[in-house]
Amino acid sequence: MDLFIQLTLTGLTNGAILALAALGFVLIYKSSDVINFAQGEFLLIGAYVLFAMLVQFHLHWTIGLILTLVVAVGVGVAVERLVLRPLIGEPIISVIMATIGLSSLLRAIVSTIWGNQPRAFPPFIPSKPVHILGATVGADRLWAIAIAVVMLFLFNLFFTRSKEGIAMRAVADDQQAAMSMGISVKHIFAWAWSIAAATAAIGGALVANIVGVGPELAGFGLRVFPVVILGGLDSIPGAIVGGLIIGLLEAYVGGYLGMGLNQVISFIVLIIILMVRPYGLFGQEIIERV
Amino acid sequence: MLSLNNVEVIYNKVILVLKGMSMEVPKGKIVGLLGANGAGKTTTLKAISGLLKPEDGEVTDGSITFMGKPIHNHEPEEIVRMGIFQVMEGRRVFEHLTVEENLIAGAYTRRGGNTQADLEMVYTYFPRLKERYKQTAGYLSGGEQQMLAIGRALMAHPKVMLLDEPSLGLAPLLVQEIFNIVQRINQEQGTTILLVEQNANLTLQVADYAYIMENGRIVLEGTPEELKENADVREFYLGLTEVGKRKSYRDVKHYKRRKRWLS
Repeated sequence: MDLFIQLTLTGLTNGAILALAALGFVLIYKSSDVINFAQGEFLLIGAYVLFAMLVQFHLHWTIGLILTLVVAVGVGVAVERLVLRPLIGEPIISVIMATIGLSSLLRAIVSTIWGNQPRAFPPFIPSKPVHILGATVGADRLWAIAIAVVMLFLFNLFFTRSKEGIAMRAVADDQQAAMSMGISVKHIFAWAWSIAAATAAIGGALVANIVGVGPELAGFGLRVFPVVILGGLDSIPGAIVGGLIIGLLEAYVGGYLGMGLNQVISFIVLIIILMVRPYGLFGQEIIERV
Repeated sequence: MLSLNNVEVIYNKVILVLKGMSMEVPKGKIVGLLGANGAGKTTTLKAISGLLKPEDGEVTDGSITFMGKPIHNHEPEEIVRMGIFQVMEGRRVFEHLTVEENLIAGAYTRRGGNTQADLEMVYTYFPRLKERYKQTAGYLSGGEQQMLAIGRALMAHPKVMLLDEPSLGLAPLLVQEIFNIVQRINQEQGTTILLVEQNANLTLQVADYAYIMENGRIVLEGTPEELKENADVREFYLGLTEVGKRKSYRDVKHYKRRKRWLS
């Protein structure tokens, strides 16, 4: 029983962080139909920038986190300016290929600046063990869950209540029609990429806080795919639920069936989902009027 | 208010679509723009609203002025902010958004307006949208989608509304209803309307002035009364032949008959 609760909590934490990374991914897909292969690198950048702020510049973690978010937003805007804007009007597949290039580029920049050695991360969130129902879990993990929940709530509010959020969904639906009502597609893309980079940075910081920084953090980006396919590429609740399901699944499989299998189980799920429900649990079906 | 002067539009740097298009849209009026497929009607609207760019089109000659200011090749969002709103052909509602969200998206450029009051105003013109305000727009009927498209434009409180074939694919009764509402909007909100249509009959009913376009330029213009009397318009656009005249096989072969405006 203890093991079960332990695994559940571990799974929920990983799931919450996965969900955060997936949120940014979904946001970009929702507003521009682009699959962002550089999402994992956004996590990486977030983790390393925060690392630099804390270790190299000795800043307090609150200031460090705020500056990290500023950098992340800057990266998002720069990506829009330098990568996406020249590709407006080109086929989506070109943009997707460009994000693959972007991922290599960002990874190279990170390893040029900070090297390839994994490093310990000064825990900025208290990781004092907490006892819940007989299981022991670090407080940092609970924090990760709480932060993810708050982000979900804010995102949902943003998309259904705010003008910018509705405009973002409008652009996803029909770019030209959105332009005809004065919605600036460029601004919307910049918004989407900035928010995506910022949430990924928070995700990266949370992961780094638990496992330390290293180039393999970008691998988290790959694990986003099962999450978003399961939840539906364009669904924010889907990203959250998908993240939690995949996180739990990996934890249970790792705990009960043995390590190693947990790495592949999510991709097995991905294939099954693609076969039975290709638009995911919460994804939009294509509306066809007859 | 809105005037086009000898406008030339080229797509992809080679395809000349508008070949010296000139027209005048006076304030508070409904101006009709008629023409067959491929005449350049939609291109004219896109040249005005700035939507040519994403399609690789460009105004290469002539000028488009709105309230005295040149607006050709400006960004669409600037043009919408100046008060010109295009309702695109084929309705183009945001399918996955609800009716109300569609309307809110239409008000995107409004600053400091009262969205709730604007929504109510749109619902007075289109009560059917109010009944369905929570519904996903993709599942509306064609007529309701067209109403939504016009309602979306109303939310922006434009000075000029460019309507691109609002009758497309709708039943005649619905078309009549939508035209009546357009007329009401023009009278009650004082919105100037440039109406692009293939349905000549209805357009000449509601318009104050109309232009006929062919092959990238205006070939004929006048008040609806004048145009209805014009023999070519009667034959090619209204499908009427001159009454009392003896019908001969030559009349039936209308494709052989030269339009008088072609030189």
